Amino acid sequence: MTQALVEVAGLVVDFPVGGAGDHVRAVDGVSFTLRAGRALGIVGESGSGKSTVAAALLGLHRGTGARLAGTVRVGGTDVSAATPAELRRLRGGTAAMVFQDPLSSLDPYLAIGDQIAEVHRIHSGASRRAARARAVEVLDRVGIADAVRRSRARPHEFSGGMRQRALIAMALACEPRLLIADEPTTALDVTVQAQILDLLHGLREERGLGLLLVTHDVGVAAESVDELLVMRDGAAVERGPVASVLTAPAEPYTRELLAAVPRLDGPRRSRSGHPDPAPRTPGPDAPVVEAVGLRREFGRRGRRVAAVAGVSLAVRAGETLGIVGESGSGKSTLGRMLVGLLEPDSGQVRHGGVPATGITGGVQMVFQDPVSSLNPRRSVGESIADPLRAAGERDTAALRARVGELLERVGLEAGHYDRYPHEFSGGQRQRVGIARALAPRPRLIVCDEPVSALDVTTQAQVTALLAELQRESGIALVFIAHDLAVVRQVSDRVAVMRAGEIVEEGPVDEVYDRPAHPYTRQLLAAVPELDPALAAERRSSRQEAYATA
Amino acid sequence: MTRFVLQRIGGALLVLLALSVLIHVLFYFAPGDPARLACGERCNPQQIAQVREQLGLNESAVAQYLHFLQGLVAGRDYSAGAGQALHCDAPCLGFSYQTDQQVTGLILTRLPATLSLALGALAIWLLVGVGTGLLSALRRGGITERLLTVLTLAGTGTPVFILGLLLLMAVCAYLQWLPFPTYVPLTEDPEQWAWNLLLPWLTLGLFESAKYARLTRSSTLEALAEDHIRTFRAYGVGERALVTRHAVRGAVAPVIALSAVDFGTMIGGAVLTESLFGIPGLGKTLIDAVRVVDLPVVVGVVLAIGAAVVVAGAIADLLYAAADRRVALA
Repeated sequence: MTQALVEVAGLVVDFPVGGAGDHVRAVDGVSFTLRAGRALGIVGESGSGKSTVAAALLGLHRGTGARLAGTVRVGGTDVSAATPAELRRLRGGTAAMVFQDPLSSLDPYLAIGDQIAEVHRIHSGASRRAARARAVEVLDRVGIADAVRRSRARPHEFSGGMRQRALIAMALACEPRLLIADEPTTALDVTVQAQILDLLHGLREERGLGLLLVTHDVGVAAESVDELLVMRDGAAVERGPVASVLTAPAEPYTRELLAAVPRLDGPRRSRSGHPDPAPRTPGPDAPVVEAVGLRREFGRRGRRVAAVAGVSLAVRAGETLGIVGESGSGKSTLGRMLVGLLEPDSGQVRHGGVPATGITGGVQMVFQDPVSSLNPRRSVGESIADPLRAAGERDTAALRARVGELLERVGLEAGHYDRYPHEFSGGQRQRVGIARALAPRPRLIVCDEPVSALDVTTQAQVTALLAELQRESGIALVFIAHDLAVVRQVSDRVAVMRAGEIVEEGPVDEVYDRPAHPYTRQLLAAVPELDPALAAERRSSRQEAYATA
Repeated sequence: MTRFVLQRIGGALLVLLALSVLIHVLFYFAPGDPARLACGERCNPQQIAQVREQLGLNESAVAQYLHFLQGLVAGRDYSAGAGQALHCDAPCLGFSYQTDQQVTGLILTRLPATLSLALGALAIWLLVGVGTGLLSALRRGGITERLLTVLTLAGTGTPVFILGLLLLMAVCAYLQWLPFPTYVPLTEDPEQWAWNLLLPWLTLGLFESAKYARLTRSSTLEALAEDHIRTFRAYGVGERALVTRHAVRGAVAPVIALSAVDFGTMIGGAVLTESLFGIPGLGKTLIDAVRVVDLPVVVGVVLAIGAAVVVAGAIADLLYAAADRRVALA
């Protein structure tokens, strides 16, 4: 019988909070094993303790004040009993970690090749020159073109995907037996995500590495692991082979989680109350918002880049236009111009057929980050009342009444007026953001990535709320997101953006089922598939495409 | 790089020009008649009128300022009565009312003493201050850190002249290890120069060290909390290497920026230390000139200090860019 690569039994992690020995339990009695060459995925929503488990495998809680109980053995080393020297050998030598944010996870001051060489030298005692050669070798292996020259670059000279490749190269440098990847693709665009997952998959097959993949994205796990562990509130909810957990979940929570995951072929949430999804016939009236030849550039002379390069679109009352695109495609810039937060360099925005002048109450915005888009020093009621005050309402009693109404409308309580943003969860804060946007009774709300900072179950609730509000009041919505599945759920029409231009636009089913533009097809092919068998099929077809390219 | 230097020089010239306008405005509105001040106590009205003529004080304020600029760039002549002219070579800052010495020459003779003091103090605070800060960041939570915290707090809380007096009393009066310092120029006797400057260096350097120890400690701890430090910790890099190889680079940036400003200010601002140890530096010169309303000297020294601050700032920017490649010099 081969010894397991990772053995975790009854792991409990407590973090101290405040003083007086108070603590929160981040991980509550988790056990699992992972054999060499196998892959385990840990999925769960934020705060479920999944990253804490990953960090515990490398003993990263040492010296932070956290209290651990239970046993953690990695590659035969008892992590909690290991001496500092043993721990240093384990870290990188036996088990290497790939972190989420590839920009902040590399030293910004040093050349990438030097950083990899430094780690390699610690574990191999190789000479400076040999370590540098090894760095180039692993960079080449992870697909960095011209590795000799690129190894001298600083992290800021790499794109997001290349940085993540460099981090994986660092992990490979010391020939570890286990790779721990904590949300390795969360900060990346969907096409880059597919490439990174394919790379991890290839490396695993090539070197027989064990893989522990921590992710909030069930689709990412489905593509990459053999076994799945579902966590919630620090405890393991369900564990089993990936196919059976995903297709026949035993636990109610797993079913709930899977049901909330937006799917490309899933039900249209905006139609949930309308069994008959007849396409709306655009009314004879002028569109609520219309953009004609919008263009906006950024940057200084000589290095100017057009973020939006000539975009025209129109949204009518009661309609939702989805805008999808990868980072840097110009979708947020476009959204800001529609609202009037940014002036276009050329082109025109019309609200109800009239050229728009500045910011008006008739067009509102919901922002991505519900934490930073609310003033932490003012109560949520005050924040919601702001647009009303801006519109000239002075009567305090009337303001309170209207804000209370709005709070109830978005599923909160009127009595929450005097509470502060930190007292709410992420999803509740986004509800506050929506209430603020609704306050001046707008005809159009532009939502810029309104759910991408939220967990899937919360995401589903917020998109349902938006759809419900739209049915009631007939407002028009522009829904900007990078997540193709979410956009399909909520939109009537969709526009696909790339490099500042709309490459394809049309009714949502048409674009998703019969994409006309190659870029749309590429995007759709990169979306993680929940069915492991289908995912494997997709991967092999992608790999053929890489080979021919 | 060339572009950066040119831009900085252009910027520096603008700053100095603005500074010179400001001082001249103050000069113009200052109480008292410059001609009377320049002439001295026992001048009769005719003599005062003659001095006024010589100094060009009959001209409009704008013309006087333009003549000042002309003197800086090309030199100028002052009439010395009886058709004679007193020539002042560029860069001309005029003549002292008190000593009739050329201000430019005066500044040049005082500069070495000030530079000697400031450079020594800089070396001490970079060594002692940054060293202490790094040490307490490395030993956080231990007895060493607590001891260092107490020391640096005491250091920041002690005014520089008290520190200087204590050192002077202890070392020169009580222990008698050193004679009371007098300034000896470097060119005369390097050894005596260093021995005599030792106490002023320590006074100023230790005083500043306390501030730099706290700055270095906090910025190192901040740098240690960054994500990339976690990466290298997860790859088995030891704590010492984490600090000395990875965290330090992030931590030095504010130290460089603040050092440049402090060094620049020290060119004219180390008055207390200079007075205490009898160092004939620019700060002492400035205060003496202000006391007797020797306006040309005040203008000249203030401009010199301004130039020092601007140059130190530019050097800091260059060092900053060398430490962090993401900073574009533009």
